[in-house]
Amino acid sequence: MLDIQNLHAGYGEMPVLRAITIALVEGEIVSVVGSNGAGKSTLLKAISGIIKSTGTIKFNQESLHALPAHTIVQRGIVHVPEGRKIFPDMTVVENLMMGGYLHQKDRQLNLEKVFALFPKLAERRNQLGGTMSGGEQQMLAIGRGLMGNPKLLLLDEPSLGLSPLFTEVVFGAIRTINSTGVTVLLVEQNVYQSLKISHRGYVIETGSIVLTGTGEELLDNKEVKRAFLGM
Amino acid sequence: MLFLQALLSGILTGGVYALAGIGMSLVFGVMNISNFAHGDLMMLGMYLAYFAFTLLHIDPYLSLILIMPIAFLFGFMMEKVFINRVIYHPHQNQILLTVGLGLIMSNTALLAFTSDPKILTTSYSSSAFNIPGGIFLSVPLLISFLITCGITAILSLFLLKTSTGMALRATSQNREAAQLMGINVAKMSAIAFGIGTALAATAGALIAPTYYIHPLAGHSFLLKAFTICVLGGLGSVAGAGVGGLIIGVVEAMSSTYISSDWKDVVVFVLFLAVLLLRPQGLFGKKGGQA
Repeated sequence: MLDIQNLHAGYGEMPVLRAITIALVEGEIVSVVGSNGAGKSTLLKAISGIIKSTGTIKFNQESLHALPAHTIVQRGIVHVPEGRKIFPDMTVVENLMMGGYLHQKDRQLNLEKVFALFPKLAERRNQLGGTMSGGEQQMLAIGRGLMGNPKLLLLDEPSLGLSPLFTEVVFGAIRTINSTGVTVLLVEQNVYQSLKISHRGYVIETGSIVLTGTGEELLDNKEVKRAFLGM
Repeated sequence: MLFLQALLSGILTGGVYALAGIGMSLVFGVMNISNFAHGDLMMLGMYLAYFAFTLLHIDPYLSLILIMPIAFLFGFMMEKVFINRVIYHPHQNQILLTVGLGLIMSNTALLAFTSDPKILTTSYSSSAFNIPGGIFLSVPLLISFLITCGITAILSLFLLKTSTGMALRATSQNREAAQLMGINVAKMSAIAFGIGTALAATAGALIAPTYYIHPLAGHSFLLKAFTICVLGGLGSVAGAGVGGLIIGVVEAMSSTYISSDWKDVVVFVLFLAVLLLRPQGLFGKKGGQA
């Protein structure tokens, strides 16, 4: 479904990603794990077109190269950014409506789906996004992403800064979303939780993929255990 | 009575200031650019109204129907050709560009229209409503104020209810996230600049019947619009509306009770006081996007 080959990207003169090659099959949850600064967010930004990159990114056999970000969303790649980036002066419902900007006909139906997944958002529907807690904002950010009818959902550090309880809720939601047929590319520092729900995973270090395997394989890997799980 | 007279005149003038400030604030909010050509765009609006009146014999308030779309297109194109090149550049580059564009406009106007001020005199230019109790309200200012209220109401509805309006707000609140929603932020910038230009030209046309029309008239209005934006909180449309009314009232009060020579001094003292005590402006957010 998503085929990335020899991808290079960075900020200005500073290269961050070096020759990344990864592939996603429809229906999978794939996680890219690695420490802070390894290039995980840069990878997602390159896919969604927020930053420029070289190399090939193909989505369902079509090249995304040099397309502006807003046209990549149209193809069904929805990026839920790090730090949630919700619209602070809009209400929960308005934020969700913006998520459905390209799919105005499906808004009502999608809104109900999001509220079913995150009942808390329905309770808070008229609250301003900027006044919500981190966990609630994360639910809103994911919900806003779902309003865009994603075929592929890119999630950047959805558990960052969340309490264990909210982390459970978020990872549970990712599984539910995946079970409805949405392919998920998950970027996380929470290595254990994300590999546990993933079909496959990649380990990224200083901008290169150093290890790949199924979620279970990686959780059993000595290097992964030593570097990320403290075992 | 003197107080009430000053207050009402101040509100009427402030309404038009508010319109200029709202245009500037909208551009700043969506694009994060301070448009230093805003005053010169007002000046163009003044001349458009003047020529519509003298050449085509259209009433200056009626001519807004023509001026607004012309100014919108002019601003839209100006963004597409010039402004969008500096959106992601440092502020000093943006300031140089917009100041430069402003200078080109004012100097072209000097060449074309000479430095002789023009006066647009309508049949009602100097007429006033006489409210019992000895208060006079200038008819052109009253009409301008009502038109301003109408335009502000339409703009608010547009920003709050329509899909494009919401996309503009989303772009101003988080440009990157807006892109991720599928919003074409480059197009939103051009639309915002077009609306900002249309509002500036409208404000210019609205004051044309009561001010001297001069190629350099924009400079003092630029300063006013900028003060209004900072006072209300840069990027806050509601703040600019309130800021405009405050500046109008403060000017009128200081003209009445001190001297009209001192009104600008009072305005800028107020401006500095706001910067000292509430640097984010009346409606701005602390530590918001710079």
